[in-house]
Amino acid sequence: MTPATTAPSEAAGRIHWFRYAAPQQFYPLAGKVLPCLWGLSALLAVAGLYVGLVLAPTDFQQGDSYRIIFIHVPAAWMSMLIYVVMAFWAGLGLVLNTRLSSMFATALAPTGALMTFIALWTGSLWGKPTWGTWWVWDARLTSELLLLFLYLGFMALQAASDDPRRADRAGAVVALVGVVNVPIIYFSVQWWNTLHQGSTINLTRAPSMATVMLWGLLLMVFAFWAYSIAAALHRVRSIILEREKGTEWVARLTETQ
Amino acid sequence: MNDPAAVAAPGAPSVAGASPPSLRRALAAALLRDLMVTARHRADAVTGLVFFVVVASLFPLGVGSDARLLREIGPGVVWVAALLANLLSLPRLFVADHADGTLEQLLLRPQPLPLLVLAKVGGHWLTTGVPLVLVSPLLGVQYGLPADAIGVLVLTLLIGTPVLGLLGAVAAALALGLRGSGVLTALIVLPLNVPLLIFGSGAVQSQMAGLEVGGLLSLLGAILALALVTVPFALSQALRIACE
Repeated sequence: MTPATTAPSEAAGRIHWFRYAAPQQFYPLAGKVLPCLWGLSALLAVAGLYVGLVLAPTDFQQGDSYRIIFIHVPAAWMSMLIYVVMAFWAGLGLVLNTRLSSMFATALAPTGALMTFIALWTGSLWGKPTWGTWWVWDARLTSELLLLFLYLGFMALQAASDDPRRADRAGAVVALVGVVNVPIIYFSVQWWNTLHQGSTINLTRAPSMATVMLWGLLLMVFAFWAYSIAAALHRVRSIILEREKGTEWVARLTETQ
Repeated sequence: MNDPAAVAAPGAPSVAGASPPSLRRALAAALLRDLMVTARHRADAVTGLVFFVVVASLFPLGVGSDARLLREIGPGVVWVAALLANLLSLPRLFVADHADGTLEQLLLRPQPLPLLVLAKVGGHWLTTGVPLVLVSPLLGVQYGLPADAIGVLVLTLLIGTPVLGLLGAVAAALALGLRGSGVLTALIVLPLNVPLLIFGSGAVQSQMAGLEVGGLLSLLGAILALALVTVPFALSQALRIACE
């Protein structure tokens, strides 16, 4: 690992690619980036909600209840994206034996689980006015439910391990096995749903997109994306402090506060 | 507990300076050891089977004995019962071996660990999965399934139980020695078993509806092939993590 004490003048002309793989370097970097990300996500959220709630037209079929998609769809996309990213960092930590990668995977999991929960909750809220029922065994909602279980399994396994390195590596195996299985699970649930369609109801499709609706959706997706990164960075800073509490730099940091 | 004579024999040279046994002998020894240990504790294997039958018998008590309803839910119930029976049998795989150090000996052997654990899980399947497959026709009759549907049920369980064993073994290895490992294993493995459940009971339902089942059986076979090739590596990694 690049020594943290390399002076800038010595480092001039050489890019230290793995400089920020050290928790000690990453901690202040994350701290600097965080306020920008929080601000960006708030801005994008306000813009997206304005477009979605005010500017977008009322749908011909569903009236105003379709507007829940501006929360539901970004949350669902984030839940799936975060799972893949979490599996990537956990796998990287397993292969390269880097602590920070695994810490970041651990930090991503609660945000991903929250996104999954929001997707399920808003999906349920969408179903009520349009089809009169709180829960529908729709293919996508069922897949989201299974994804929530995968997240909870990852978090439970890490919580049950006392040794953090074992938690990192065991969680990485679970995340990697899970990420290979997610397409299989998704496909099987899709198939199951078509088999059992018959008279059962299907969760409503989003209305065919007017351009305004699409813009609102994109703004909200980026807002959720910025929020997720900010929340994960914030959480990883806490994890770094907790895991590295025996080191000198953390002691110096905490005693000056 | 585990028989020390059974532990000492496989994999280790009997004479100082002799070359280690061939791969085939080591795998056969690993498989036989598991079978021998189970043969000495037959009750463990039988209770899993009894649980399978009991769970499947609870559902009619819960939903009523309407023959048409039972015929509809039969495939799903038998498959869920198989999932749960497999789950219950998972501690038998590694806990006892981990406690007395046999598992670490397994990790130290010169033969490739993925193949050794595949033999171990294979032995476990022979004593856990195969009895389920053999008893499932009786449950099929209990639920009033037609004969051809029972045939498909047996076939799907035959293809599916090895995969259940493999996936369960990974979950059991990851949760080895941890607090609340029983529930944790269930939480990890049950979402992974969902495709098997869907395709397995779906195949039986398709047969009962007169539809083509070849595609679903092929999908199950594909999942089995994928699991056989990839899971042993994840399993051996999980065992190394659990034992260090």
